[in-house]
Amino acid sequence: MEILVCVKRVPDAAENEIAVEGGALRGDDLVYSVNEWDNYAVEEAIQIVEREGGSVTVVTVGDGESEEVLRREMAMGANQGLLLSDPAFAGADGLGLATVLAAAVRRGAYDLVLTGAQADDGAAQVGGMLAAILDWPFASLVNSIEAQGGLLRVGREIEGGAQEVSEIDLPCVLSIQTGINEPRYVGLRGIRKVASVELPVLDAAALGVAPAPARVRRIDYFVPPAGAGADMLTGSTAELAGQLVELLKAKGGLK
Amino acid sequence: MDNVFAYLAHAGGKLDDSALELLGAARTLFPGAAPVALAAGSGASLDAACQEAAASFAEVWKFDQEVLAYPNAELLRPLLARVLPPGAIVLLPHSTLGMDLGPGLSVKLGAAYLPDVVDGSAAAGMTLEAVRQEFSGQASAHVTCDLSAGAVVTLRSGAFKADASRSAAGRIVDRSPDAAGLAARRRFVKLVQAEAGDIDITREEVLVSVGRGIGDKENIALVEELAGAMGAALCCSRPIVDAKWLEKPRQVGTSGQTVKPRVYLALGISGSFQHLGGIKGSPFLVAVNKNPKAPIFQAASVGVVADLLELVPALTEAIRKGR
Ligand SMILES: Cc1cc2nc3c(=O)[nH]c(=O)nc-3n(C[C@H](O)[C@H](O)[C@H](O)COP(=O)(O)OP(=O)(O)OC[C@H]3O[C@@H](n4cnc5c(N)ncnc54)[C@H](O)[C@@H]3O)c2cc1C
Repeated sequence: MEILVCVKRVPDAAENEIAVEGGALRGDDLVYSVNEWDNYAVEEAIQIVEREGGSVTVVTVGDGESEEVLRREMAMGANQGLLLSDPAFAGADGLGLATVLAAAVRRGAYDLVLTGAQADDGAAQVGGMLAAILDWPFASLVNSIEAQGGLLRVGREIEGGAQEVSEIDLPCVLSIQTGINEPRYVGLRGIRKVASVELPVLDAAALGVAPAPARVRRIDYFVPPAGAGADMLTGSTAELAGQLVELLKAKGGLK
Repeated sequence: MDNVFAYLAHAGGKLDDSALELLGAARTLFPGAAPVALAAGSGASLDAACQEAAASFAEVWKFDQEVLAYPNAELLRPLLARVLPPGAIVLLPHSTLGMDLGPGLSVKLGAAYLPDVVDGSAAAGMTLEAVRQEFSGQASAHVTCDLSAGAVVTLRSGAFKADASRSAAGRIVDRSPDAAGLAARRRFVKLVQAEAGDIDITREEVLVSVGRGIGDKENIALVEELAGAMGAALCCSRPIVDAKWLEKPRQVGTSGQTVKPRVYLALGISGSFQHLGGIKGSPFLVAVNKNPKAPIFQAASVGVVADLLELVPALTEAIRKGR
């Protein structure tokens, strides 16, 4: 099975305290990493190829800095990386990105395209748009995949943790939910091994695409006016613990 | 605006809570509009849902086909692309169905896609200004959406007040023939209910809940001890289950359990809407987080900015001493 996995370099929300200043994210000390959901997608692709044969290609739309996420996923075990980069792609909205990715899909001979279920902006849009542009079937929030002849049996995780099981024809696009597998650890040695691998770069001309002007635009980031918010306790660790004991007692939190 | 549509989720003959929230959102974002409800399904349960919808929507389009008995986005998308007029504005819940259906629908309609809206003001001309959240709620953003070729807009659960006025004596238009001959390349097989565990956190009065801030599997013992000292049950956010540090039945949130405790102690949990969506009944919520800007402090009754790895053992100790 030839699998393409779309990945994105994002500010790591678990590592950073995201702060807003003057309508923008404070950027000086942001730590970047691969979008959490994408690691699950790459791991799943690697496991499918281990069972069924084929190869895994990771692709991203971005600038030179995005190379590091491609290399990280190659260190995990993806066979090829592909960087889609052009000044014309900057400022693309979800549809713009999906259009660029669709052009990359059409240049290959992929049976399956995976994306993360969502990324840092929580939009959860690129996978579904990509499928619609390609006119391939789609399933979102996938938490299990099993190959069955010419099709896949997939599970989608829906509300309450229930699983919706479907059969889906190939080729198709799936967006992957966290927890589908346990992404393998990437060590420094693995990263070093792929550090000097050539990464093909395709621009708008090579792909033959020009993303349409964005119809959805972010004007600014802002800090919402604080609501009532919590009563904040202060003090030393021992004092805090003491205050919490009293509060928990009063509210019936100690049995 | 005379081209606003709301897709109604329903099950067992009852409208989902999202249905009247979409109507409320339409009143805010498109004040002049009389949104048309779209209801797909099959048989008596669809009829009941349409009856209920007609009390609130002036017009309800009913699509009754056996294949639509289960809401499969791969069937609904071509159906909606077939029946909606050019320039339509379609409101969907930002649910697992909305996420499945919406992005591709916007492509098929040639419309803009504006996902997971939490707030907004009345559309002005062909522009809608809305509020979204990024980074699991750590940053909010103003966005604009160009409506000139229509739009698919998904709305976060609970963000817009439901319009429960039931002020319409709407008519149900049977458009079932338009839904004939739908075929999908993704076929629904079955629904598997979430596994039950050895513990039912939905019945617990006092919950200690642990999030990614715990850092390491080894540290889970610290919160187990605290829960033990309090006589509370232990639950968690999704990343803890993803990492297999605790079992799925202990996960609180939209894709886990919905709990209604008296006291909820959130340790190292940022406060994403998917997590908070599983906490009902306004418990006394204590949040411990090392980031003073963590969204959880907006939802909490009492907050402590601290390293939970230091505070939790001290708290366990203080409780034991106090007994
Ligand atoms: C379709 C869908 C369904 C989902 N369903 C659920 C669900 O049911 N339940 C759920 O929980 N999530 C769910 N999620 C995931 C959700 O979006 C968040 O990613 C998740 O809730 C984050 O969990 P967290 O707060 O534990 O981790 P994070 O967001 O990473 O937050 C960790 C917090 O710990 C703090 N911290 C770090 N170290 C320390 C320390 N030493 N001491 C104190 N604080 C510390 C950090 O400041 C941070 O605020 C879902 C997502 C999707 C897309």
